[in-house]
Amino acid sequence: MTDRKIRVLVAKPGLDGHDRGAKVIARALRDAGMEVIYTGLRQTPEMIAEAALQEDVDVVGLSILSGAHMALVPRIMELLKQNDMADVLVLLGGIVPDDDMPRLDALGVGGVFGPGASTTDIVKLIREKVKLAP
Amino acid sequence: MTLAADVLDGKRRAVARALSVVENNLAGAEELLGDLYPHTGSAHLVGVTGAPGTGKSSLVNQMALTLRQQARTVGIIAVDPTSPFSGGAILGDRIRMRDLSGDDGVFIRSMATRGSLGGLARAAADAIKVLDAAGFDIILIETVGAGQGEVDIARHAHSVIVVEAPGLGDDVQAIKAGILEIADILVVNKSDDPRAPNTVKALRAMLDLGSQRSTRAMVNHHGRVMEAVQSASDSNQPAGWDVPIHTTTATDGTGIAELVNALARHRIYLIDSGELARRVRAQSASELDSLLRELLVGRLLESVDPAALAQVVEQVAARELLPFAAARMLVSELIRL
Repeated sequence: MTDRKIRVLVAKPGLDGHDRGAKVIARALRDAGMEVIYTGLRQTPEMIAEAALQEDVDVVGLSILSGAHMALVPRIMELLKQNDMADVLVLLGGIVPDDDMPRLDALGVGGVFGPGASTTDIVKLIREKVKLAP
Repeated sequence: MTLAADVLDGKRRAVARALSVVENNLAGAEELLGDLYPHTGSAHLVGVTGAPGTGKSSLVNQMALTLRQQARTVGIIAVDPTSPFSGGAILGDRIRMRDLSGDDGVFIRSMATRGSLGGLARAAADAIKVLDAAGFDIILIETVGAGQGEVDIARHAHSVIVVEAPGLGDDVQAIKAGILEIADILVVNKSDDPRAPNTVKALRAMLDLGSQRSTRAMVNHHGRVMEAVQSASDSNQPAGWDVPIHTTTATDGTGIAELVNALARHRIYLIDSGELARRVRAQSASELDSLLRELLVGRLLESVDPAALAQVVEQVAARELLPFAAARMLVSELIRL
């Protein structure tokens, strides 16, 4: 009776105090049948990596609106790797300039979604990339 | 090293993996649990339940902080409801537990109810075994507290804390929900609310009603009277447990130290009175009972031809066959096999 669900951590690192976008995403993923662990505002990279480990998630979705993504994302990727979770799909949402894309790509970020992105596309990407073990 | 060995070693990644394996009943789940099971049984299992919005998550957060000050390690299983429409869930209990971040002596895992209540009870029971085997001193199981299924999960615990808050409906709500009966410790959270003393009074009244009823039952029932006489003559037998009512304010920590002390006292009572052994035995029996049902129903449905089963359903629907007779007929066929 295996009833495996895709588990997603939705986290807001950094100091911007606005999580409407993160909540919209959390809700959309729930409606797509996923289990979403929502951790709230102002998380440090350490808190996010720790929650991802304890919850054994398949996906980490980061919402960053402050422009600090080039400081926060590398740190989070590094900590996930230290936790033996390099295979987790990391997605980034927020305001991200095109110039940063190649570096985020090189860091292993699996997808970046800006304003106006469709939640359907996000769900589709997750379903394509996450292969659940039997 | 196997996954089980890593769990016993307390390796956090292994504990997280093992929790996924047992929750989803993945390949190797039974073998893993088989390896862990002999190493379980030393943790104090504490259920925390109560209506939504009473402050369970904040309370668990505060209790864990206090337990950590006493150098005891804490595993937390936080359950939130699955959407009946999409099958998905938003698990938000960690929002209230951010104070516990960065402490290796704490492990928090969120679980969704996933529709079937029996299924959750089993998944939670197995998750408890993993955390127990990993060596956590105290395991706090926070449930939704909205129905029978949550009561069942709380029954996997040794000590059950029921959380109430002022202003959540009239005094009768407390007895209606039937949840008070499972409480070993009652908490009125949000005690800074001016209505809190009234809530305490209402709960106290309910508890007094309950104890009068059980006294009557004892007088009316010969077996119970014998038991009461015996325990009165035996001075080593500790007195029964009086359910205490604690007032707390989880947002600032008021009353938490007293609550944690009450929990420790309850643990001592359980051990000294033999109640712990009795509860563990009852829990083992009920776990075995539900697994037997699951296995037998599985076997039955495997062995019965779906077309024949559909035909029986038709007969029942057409009022030609009593449902009980139909079930008896199907089971007797299985026994012949």
